[in-house]
Amino acid sequence: MKIHEYQARELFAARGIPLPPGGVAASPAEAADLAAGLKGPVMVKAQVLAGGRGKAGGVKAAAGPREAEAAAREILALRIAGFPVEKVLVSKACVVEAETYLGVTVDRGRRRLVCIASAAGGVEIETLAAEAPDKIRTLALEPGRTPPAPEGFRDLLAPLFPPGRLNEACRVLSRLVGLVLDNDCSLAEINPYALTSEGLLALDAKIVFDDSALDRHPGIAEMRNPEEYSPREIEARAAGLSFVALDGDIGCIVNGAGLAMTTMDLIRRAGGRPANFLDVGGSSNPQKVLNAFRLLTAGEGVKAILINIFGGITRCDDIARGILLSRERINALPPLVIRLIGTNAEQARAILAEAGCTCAEDLDAAVDAAVAAAAAAKDRV
Amino acid sequence: MSILIDNNTKVIVQGITGRDGAFHTAAMLAYGTRVVGGVTPGKGGQQVCGLPVYDSVREAVDSTGATCSLLFVPARFATAALKEAAAAGLKLVVCITEGIPVLDMIECAHALKQRGARLIGPNSPGLISPGQAKAGIMPGDIHAPGAVGVISRSGTLTYEVVRLLTAAGFGQSTCIGVGGDPIVGSSFTDLLPLFEADRGTRAVVILGEIGGEEEERAAAYIKESMSTPVVSFIAGRSAPPGKRMGHAGAIIAGGRGGPEAKLAAFAAAGVPVAESPEQIPVLLTKILS
Repeated sequence: MKIHEYQARELFAARGIPLPPGGVAASPAEAADLAAGLKGPVMVKAQVLAGGRGKAGGVKAAAGPREAEAAAREILALRIAGFPVEKVLVSKACVVEAETYLGVTVDRGRRRLVCIASAAGGVEIETLAAEAPDKIRTLALEPGRTPPAPEGFRDLLAPLFPPGRLNEACRVLSRLVGLVLDNDCSLAEINPYALTSEGLLALDAKIVFDDSALDRHPGIAEMRNPEEYSPREIEARAAGLSFVALDGDIGCIVNGAGLAMTTMDLIRRAGGRPANFLDVGGSSNPQKVLNAFRLLTAGEGVKAILINIFGGITRCDDIARGILLSRERINALPPLVIRLIGTNAEQARAILAEAGCTCAEDLDAAVDAAVAAAAAAKDRV
Repeated sequence: MSILIDNNTKVIVQGITGRDGAFHTAAMLAYGTRVVGGVTPGKGGQQVCGLPVYDSVREAVDSTGATCSLLFVPARFATAALKEAAAAGLKLVVCITEGIPVLDMIECAHALKQRGARLIGPNSPGLISPGQAKAGIMPGDIHAPGAVGVISRSGTLTYEVVRLLTAAGFGQSTCIGVGGDPIVGSSFTDLLPLFEADRGTRAVVILGEIGGEEEERAAAYIKESMSTPVVSFIAGRSAPPGKRMGHAGAIIAGGRGGPEAKLAAFAAAGVPVAESPEQIPVLLTKILS
């Protein structure tokens, strides 16, 4: 789960990580009020759950309340990476002497949390990792829920901070690690962590939480922003389906994430465009299949639907009954291409044959048929 | 020949009295696996599929001599159950459970390693040595004994590929699902050496997917240390960045985990990458002829 910068700042502040003063505004007038209270130049920053907002024009400096109001008006009219900007952060602008990067994340290869630090703050760490990996310093943490004492970060941070600031930087990183361990974050980032006229400050705040641990952090779970997922993705989640909308016209209903990804890859390879990723999960019942069909047909522009099921725990006859139920309940279903194999596939084929549906056995052939069906539907329009 | 499990491996099932645990215990017994008992705290003394249920792993191990455990324990209790299995001296622990918090898993994976237990999963379909034994939820009948090792990050995609392998006459030595989570007990690079050392494995199929850098590490290992030929496939090549594709581990985030780097790494290691599952047996035929 992602949260906004202003929400992450609240968690930083609660941990004693120093920040420039500021607040969040939902209108240009509120932004002007905040700027007036902060006295002097401010930064106005779009609050969106996506990176790259600077490049998209979502971050502006303002000398005072009137400029802040104008900047907020412009930024609140933007869409960044598909998200409409609904709030801006207005924070005191600081004179920056040097910028560093501090981050804590999960290193899959080492199976540990790892602290990342770099003298090249402000830059996206991924860009830096690709272009100048020697500028990145890392420290893998011992497994456990207790953060190392600040001294444990001295070797990591000593080359990045002046001696007089090193202790403070170590304390902040220790607090950031504590925040990650106590709240099951999968990422916490201060970029840039800057030496300013007001001392060392976190000029940005980014936190991502582990979805699997949210139920034990109800306070964090409440911070969820509805725009993180589209209404259809939220609906899918409620129905026990794993769904991601894509921009094509061939709907996919598949069991298992790996096979679902492969199905959309094969559609693309055959010259078609998948409309979605959808994993119906292991224990599927006819109702779940109906929900999947409803989800696909709720969006516009689905011209064919490919059902690809490899029955293991999933029983193909359940899927077949779900398909027939969907044909009954949903008007004007697009053409279906059905591929069922594995557990109870024979019964499934019999059920479908009785209703006049044919099934493919071979995956490549089914994909080709779906691509052809979508193309034919397009020609008719 | 096979790795990790065979027809002598004695298996217990943690969570045997649950719906999934009981169902798959029956399926494993039907496949010929030596399932010797199960564990559900508070339900000791009961029977499932004619097998004794114990209150603790320790009791189960003492009574049956099991060396492998398969877990169907709900996520909330899973890490405690995993540690209990390792503390009781089990050498192979297979975790089907999904949804275990990542930071819990970091701690748990290290604890098991310290105890000398090999962990497969979590969020894994398990493993099977065809014709001998299966500790997992995969359908047994699509497999055939043979000389191709399969390691994968997914479930049904593996079934798809195994079915194609069997149909093309390529039986399997052992097929392992490493699990779809960011932190898993055994990665491709932990398992490839076992296949390399297994005289019954003549080729290995790696079924990777987007997210993480495990395929890149596997490619580096293959280049350095493997003489057994390897063929691969990568799922999710058309996935957009920033979207989690079902598996918690399958996401292209912050420029990492995309397919390009994986394809390049396999190319550099001389590992052919199939464009579709149906190409995998074709590539194997080429490589083994």
